[in-house]
Amino acid sequence: MSQSFDSSNVRKAILDQQKSQDRRKMLLNGVLLLLLLAAPFAMYPVFLMKILCFALFAVAFNLLFGFTGLLSFGHAAFLASGGYTTGYLLSNYSGLTTEMGIIAGTLVATLLGLAFALLSIRRQGIYFAMVTLALAQLVYFFFVQSAFTGGEDGMHGIPRGHLFGLIDLSDNMNMYYFVLTVFIACYLLVQRIVSSPYGQVLKAIKQNEPRAVSLGYNVDRYKTLAFVISAALAGLAGSMKSVVFQLASLNDAHWHMSGEVILMTLVGGMGTLLGPVIGATFVVNIEYQLSQGPLRDWVDPILGGIFVLTVLAFRSGIVGEIQKFMRKNLG
Amino acid sequence: MSMIFGVPLAVLSGQLLIGFINGAFYALLSLGLAIIFGLLKIINFAHGAMYMLGALVTVVLFNTLGVNYWVALFLAPLLVGAFGVLIEYFLLRRIAGQDHIYSLLLTFGVALIIQGVLTNIYGVSGLRYAMPDMFKGGFKLDFMFLPYYRAWVIVVALLVCFGTWFVIEKTKLGAYLRAGTEDSQLMQGFGINVPLLVSLTYGFGVALAAFAGVLAAPIYSVTPGMGANTLIVVFAVVVIGGMGSIGGAIITGILMGVIEGLTKTFYPPASSAVIFLVMVVVLMFRPAGLFGKEA
Amino acid sequence: MTMTKKLLTSAVASALMVGGAQAAISDNTVKIGYLADMSGTYRDLAGPNGLKALEMAVKDFGGTVNGTKIEIVSADDRNNPDSSSSTVRRWVENDNVDMVAGLVASSVTIAVSKILEENDRLGIVSGSAASSITNEHCTPNHIHYVYDTYPLANGTASAVVQEGGKSWYLMTADYAFGHALEADVTRVVEANGGEIVGSVRHPFPTQDFSSFVLQAQASGADVVGLANAGSDTTNAITTASEFGVTQAGQTLAALLLFLTDVHALGANTAQGIQLTTGWYWDMNDDTRAWSDRFMEETGVRPTMVHAGIYSSTLHYLNAVAAAGTDDAQTVRKQMIDTPINDMFATDGRIREDGRMVHDMYLAEVKTPAESKNEWDLYKILRTIPADEAYRPLSESKCKLVTN
Repeated sequence: MSQSFDSSNVRKAILDQQKSQDRRKMLLNGVLLLLLLAAPFAMYPVFLMKILCFALFAVAFNLLFGFTGLLSFGHAAFLASGGYTTGYLLSNYSGLTTEMGIIAGTLVATLLGLAFALLSIRRQGIYFAMVTLALAQLVYFFFVQSAFTGGEDGMHGIPRGHLFGLIDLSDNMNMYYFVLTVFIACYLLVQRIVSSPYGQVLKAIKQNEPRAVSLGYNVDRYKTLAFVISAALAGLAGSMKSVVFQLASLNDAHWHMSGEVILMTLVGGMGTLLGPVIGATFVVNIEYQLSQGPLRDWVDPILGGIFVLTVLAFRSGIVGEIQKFMRKNLG
Repeated sequence: MSMIFGVPLAVLSGQLLIGFINGAFYALLSLGLAIIFGLLKIINFAHGAMYMLGALVTVVLFNTLGVNYWVALFLAPLLVGAFGVLIEYFLLRRIAGQDHIYSLLLTFGVALIIQGVLTNIYGVSGLRYAMPDMFKGGFKLDFMFLPYYRAWVIVVALLVCFGTWFVIEKTKLGAYLRAGTEDSQLMQGFGINVPLLVSLTYGFGVALAAFAGVLAAPIYSVTPGMGANTLIVVFAVVVIGGMGSIGGAIITGILMGVIEGLTKTFYPPASSAVIFLVMVVVLMFRPAGLFGKEA
Repeated sequence: MTMTKKLLTSAVASALMVGGAQAAISDNTVKIGYLADMSGTYRDLAGPNGLKALEMAVKDFGGTVNGTKIEIVSADDRNNPDSSSSTVRRWVENDNVDMVAGLVASSVTIAVSKILEENDRLGIVSGSAASSITNEHCTPNHIHYVYDTYPLANGTASAVVQEGGKSWYLMTADYAFGHALEADVTRVVEANGGEIVGSVRHPFPTQDFSSFVLQAQASGADVVGLANAGSDTTNAITTASEFGVTQAGQTLAALLLFLTDVHALGANTAQGIQLTTGWYWDMNDDTRAWSDRFMEETGVRPTMVHAGIYSSTLHYLNAVAAAGTDDAQTVRKQMIDTPINDMFATDGRIREDGRMVHDMYLAEVKTPAESKNEWDLYKILRTIPADEAYRPLSESKCKLVTN
């Protein structure tokens, strides 16, 4: 008697706690959404769009790194291939509407992601990181060589065009709300993936791959799918970025970009949903602010310092540390 | 003149020799990385920066104190090795036992700091370092002019590589080292100071990179950024050889130098990409690299 | 010709209009933004010292234009066109920057010039090499001041061929800049009766050039031309000297070398190399006097880019003062109408495509015996007149010239 009484009480307490956590989360998401909707009236829209594109890139990367435990050191390849494809198509085929160009860019990145995954997914740990790096270097080599990318001059003057042939994206506000919509949709998608049964398997793989195998999961298939989704979203980020800035350049394909997205994810908090978004916002801002200020000659060493500090002291990142703090103090 | 695929045999022989020399150089750089990974499980992304430090210290020692090449050959690796010991002691030690990936990220950050700070001090154009007088000139071989210095590089690089391999794989000291890093508690019980051993091993690994840096100083433009791209290539070499395999790193280094040399002859634009192509292919068939053991 | 006239009349008309309506300086400040690589590969040729040169120009001008103050803002371009776009957009749209100076990496310059055109502000490009900047990428809003690949190839290649270097082997950096140089050199060499007997396209960047040097030696060419830049060129020259390329009778011709590069190599390694430059610090009393002041500020001798930043900033400020406005097109017109005579150029003039044409110089690196100090590095062999040096307007693809 007393036992069942206890357990129902405990269950109620847990449910209450969950409810209050959910409520808190909803409140937080609501506030963030309002902020994002209002942001372009207070801040420079192109800069906000840059942050959103990198945030999407980091969210995509985190799906693989944070939730599946696979460190790709070649994600720049997807960002760049999305950007170059979209840029090339929109510049050369005036009949294409903007979203068609972006879809095509995403598609190319998806296929490239599939190719990467097929070649790398069976490799473990550092080998996986190195194979993805090697493949990305080959892609970089291809972009440097190809005439259509404009080499180190870059691809310039990509038209923003009209969304669905109707909405004029050369208007920064229109462009901003389009990018924001895509970003939120992708964010919700990743949230959905992570909490789905599929996402639970990914987490299980991350925690203990041999156990997941022994439970009968086809681990390679799960990992491949995660890789392809991640590559697709990274490509989408690159495609949108090329439309926002109306240019695509080799910087996006360089291995430093693959390093930068790791930094964003790590600083924000890997394995959390909001972490990469916060991390991207932080890194893009820091880089931008520093490059204009009196410390403008010292951006790289400062970024290096942030890397070191994060690894040493805040391994769970901004969001991870806040979560820890909340759990400890607010229950 | 006999030709192979449209390239005169004489030119080809020259290219093979050059490839071999560069390979010995890669071997020296990969060796340090392989030791650091093989014994300490640290993925040292600061290796390129340490190579650069070796070269830079050589130049700065000469410019400020007049230290000559031969002294620098010992002094620069010693100083950089000591710097490595500090990095191990103050930074890397704090993440011991964590996922390897964190050591990659940490050392990547360290490399950014070192390069960035030195760029602000020394600029990017390169520092001047004169070839030591005794190396001026070269051998006139049938098929090419071989500068004395390149001949010296190949001899000394191979000596250091095989010496190191011998010490680690074949001597008692090496056995302690391998045992100490594999089962530190046991060795601690034997009265061996394992933390010190770890620091010294890291220091030795980066000292090898610095040694390669000293060798590079007279022949390459010495700039704070000189290690950044070399790093990626050398990493590829170590991965192809099998992370942690010391003999594998040496043999693969030489092999990759030759393959790169051949690419520079037949299709030069691909010469920076070919190593990555090889890496992808090798790992498809041998997941742990040519000489690595599957975990 | 009629097109030119039309363009000029419209420029005059707009000048009159603006002059009549708002002959004033916007928000009572002339604001100059300095954007350059402050920490990467191109740092030394412009970089932090370029900012010093800009500040010297503003100070020498007196710090104010017709009573309104001059302000400088600056940023690192990160060699990245999207970071640079964000920076320049904020400069022109929020901070009311009137002119952007510096501009080094070609990807950055092209991206920035589009933003300047959109917002009708001025840009003065001092660091970039690509001749496409005033050709297919020209805008009515930027001026390319110091040099470009066309005279580099023209000056060096034609001089070397005329001195008997008929057969050439080219080492080309395998990217757009290298390809452009290669095309220009090939054209000039062939036009002067020489021939290209071989070439190699090397990856960018490359550290070890020994393989390519060996191929160049095997080609038996009279001249080894280096169509690359920065550390690629210095590495190639170091290796060439190590392998005894010049001792074996081949001539080295570098197509783009900055004073900072030659200084890094030293007279010993670089001696005898011929190159084209837009300016050299030790040409006459004016250049020496200015360089001494620059050296006091920075501790090094100026490159042609540093000198160009100083000269172009003064030219711009003079034009603002004369026009009495900071309106981009009025100032540009004034800058085009006024010849440039200062420590940088004699009778330099800005063409309608935005190209500043001035005399270029063929130089040879001194031998250690000739060189009196570490910066005493060039002998000027001859002057290449402005009209011969740059791409003639008749060959231009610039939209301002062709329609």
